[in-house]
Amino acid sequence: MRIALFATCLADTMFPDVAKATVRLLERLGHEVVFPLEQTCCGQMHVNTGYQREALPLVRRYVDVFEPFDAIVAPSGSCVGSIRHQHATVARNFGDDAVAERAEALAARSFELSELLVDVLGVVDVDAHFPHRVTYHPTCHSLRMLRVGDRPLQLLRAVAGIDLVELPAADECCGFGGTFAMKNADTSTAMLADKMHNVLATHAEFCSASDSSCLMHIGGGLSRLRTGVRTVHLAQILAGTENQPWEVPA
Amino acid sequence: MNESGPFHLGEDPMTPPAPRGVGHLRGDESFQTAARLALANSQLRRNIGKATGTIRAKRADVVGEVDDWEELREAGRALKASTMARLPELLTQLEDQVTAAGGTVHWARDAVEANTIVADVVRATGSDEVVKVKSMATQEIGLNEALADAGITAIETDLAELIVQLGDDAPSHILVPAIHRNRAEIREIFLRKMPGVDADLTDEPRRLAMAARAHLRRKFLSARVGVSGANFAVAETGTLSVVESEGNGRMCLTLPETLITVMGIEKLVPTWQDLEVFLQLLPRSSTGERMNPYTSMWTGVHPGDGPQEVHLVLLDNGRTAALADEVGRQALHCIRCSACLNVCPVYERTGGHAYGSVYPGPIGAILSPLLTGVEDNASLPFASSLCGACYDVCPVKINIPEVLVHLRARHVEERRATRIVPNAEELAMAAAGWVMADPRRYAAAQRAARPGRILAGGRDRIRALPPPLSAWTASRDAPKPPTETFRDWWVRTRGGAGGTA
Repeated sequence: MRIALFATCLADTMFPDVAKATVRLLERLGHEVVFPLEQTCCGQMHVNTGYQREALPLVRRYVDVFEPFDAIVAPSGSCVGSIRHQHATVARNFGDDAVAERAEALAARSFELSELLVDVLGVVDVDAHFPHRVTYHPTCHSLRMLRVGDRPLQLLRAVAGIDLVELPAADECCGFGGTFAMKNADTSTAMLADKMHNVLATHAEFCSASDSSCLMHIGGGLSRLRTGVRTVHLAQILAGTENQPWEVPA
Repeated sequence: MNESGPFHLGEDPMTPPAPRGVGHLRGDESFQTAARLALANSQLRRNIGKATGTIRAKRADVVGEVDDWEELREAGRALKASTMARLPELLTQLEDQVTAAGGTVHWARDAVEANTIVADVVRATGSDEVVKVKSMATQEIGLNEALADAGITAIETDLAELIVQLGDDAPSHILVPAIHRNRAEIREIFLRKMPGVDADLTDEPRRLAMAARAHLRRKFLSARVGVSGANFAVAETGTLSVVESEGNGRMCLTLPETLITVMGIEKLVPTWQDLEVFLQLLPRSSTGERMNPYTSMWTGVHPGDGPQEVHLVLLDNGRTAALADEVGRQALHCIRCSACLNVCPVYERTGGHAYGSVYPGPIGAILSPLLTGVEDNASLPFASSLCGACYDVCPVKINIPEVLVHLRARHVEERRATRIVPNAEELAMAAAGWVMADPRRYAAAQRAARPGRILAGGRDRIRALPPPLSAWTASRDAPKPPTETFRDWWVRTRGGAGGTA
């Protein structure tokens, strides 16, 4: 299948490994991945901070760039959440019903990684190998905006060598919330502290999730406290095989 | 194409917000400032964390018992939406029915009018004391303070409200106003402020309840005027209803000669049968009980039985303004169960006082700005990580995250319309939007970020960023920008084949 990759601005700029892992995984599964260079950002940060006027050109851009494709994947639950639940609203709020309708049609073809693998490509065991103790944070937008359910866990359970341990209070927010982490830094930090406490209680080597933003927040806290626990995106776990392991940077 | 955007700017003179200077819908400081203080109080965090955790588990259990919970939620949402759509007609029907049953109906545009109406009715009875049923509407309008100014003492009879009142404190939760207090603190308050209390009082819950009971019973028997709110009003019969756990409300509703009810105009249901839905949704969502212990209903005046003078004050106080907001109006569906408070990770850590309004937590973060106008509570729509847990538990499916995002946009647009020079955030957002709108500018900005690697020194992560990003590195390391973006890697390894359809 021919799949367009929406890398997301955060992965493209700060976590290119996550996008590379997504490419390697899908190509290993026999699919063709294309990366339209005209893409930029979904606009979620603008929408969630109140700047819908500034998000409107980004919504139009996403629609223009990705409309020609049958399937689009992004390694981020929150960006896909924004595409699926905010793009049409933003367009409609500014009277652009034509773009709103196109955005709605496109939203139905835009998938978060675990959705694409399980629902569209019909695969749970991707032949991955990751011989580490891992706990998984499901992320709020994957869980509640996209309702991905246990798809990421299904994928992880099929990984060879993995020691998957349940995260206590897994469905509680880590406290990132986009600009919330800056505007309400103290509350965000208090939420992060509890999330880190639960991660450490699992004695996992890695905390995984399907959103680079939540991982940037959790990983930033774990690093500051010198816990030695590292963060890894779901795509990075799934990208490695026994013969060709994915090198997870420190 | 509507370039002016969707957000109603300025205030429609037909729908004024709740007035300033009266009532409790606005805080003295922003949420961020108030939250910082609350976060430093570890006793408060323990008290609230313990209480919300307990009630959250109870609620999940009893909701899990109901097979058709999702259908009930949808029924509740649909009933509320259709009620709001024909509010004027239904309110008129309610007025007619209450009047026909011997009651008196008053219309109050705002807190000032409502307080004046109640004070005048009490004064006309010759009484200088009222007993109160726990009520959010009277907290919202600051009725106790207004009555005090009129020389009338209002006595709260709900146990938690009594604790708050005796402690010269403010409620911090819709259902459990004293959730921020533990029993040792309550014992202290009773010993200090409750007249005639036993000096040997311990902090055993039973002993505390007995002390409150002895104190309140004297008041129930002496008071000639009762004041209540209403959980529901049935338009077709003119019936008012209060749902409670302690039975103290029932004492106030039946013993006094005069009963005054202050009710927000959204508390209406069209028919008696509609109660079937809400009386299932409310107790399970709020207290985690299958059914609440006391449901009181009264319709007008019955000679020789109960209050012989019954008044109903229909309160707007910003509700019409909220109704005018097409996205925000769903906040008026709220049945005040407080399930959203009990699951909110922000509320759990900051407590209710940080929200500055009698309506704290996720529902408060949308309801308060809708009632007052966004600019008077501008920090509240941002007091959420948008995790969405509130939406999932809401028994009438209020999409709180959707309204939060909508109110943030209203705030930004209103501010933009009134200020000539944009502030730092507006400039940053506009710049980011301009960069992201074009892939060449975006790629150039990505390359410009690369020297940020210097901030990491020799390390893998950055430990300190300059303001405003220092808010991030106060407690978290930041990632070091990579040597190559994904985009550049793709062009380098795939020869620039961007890919088209």
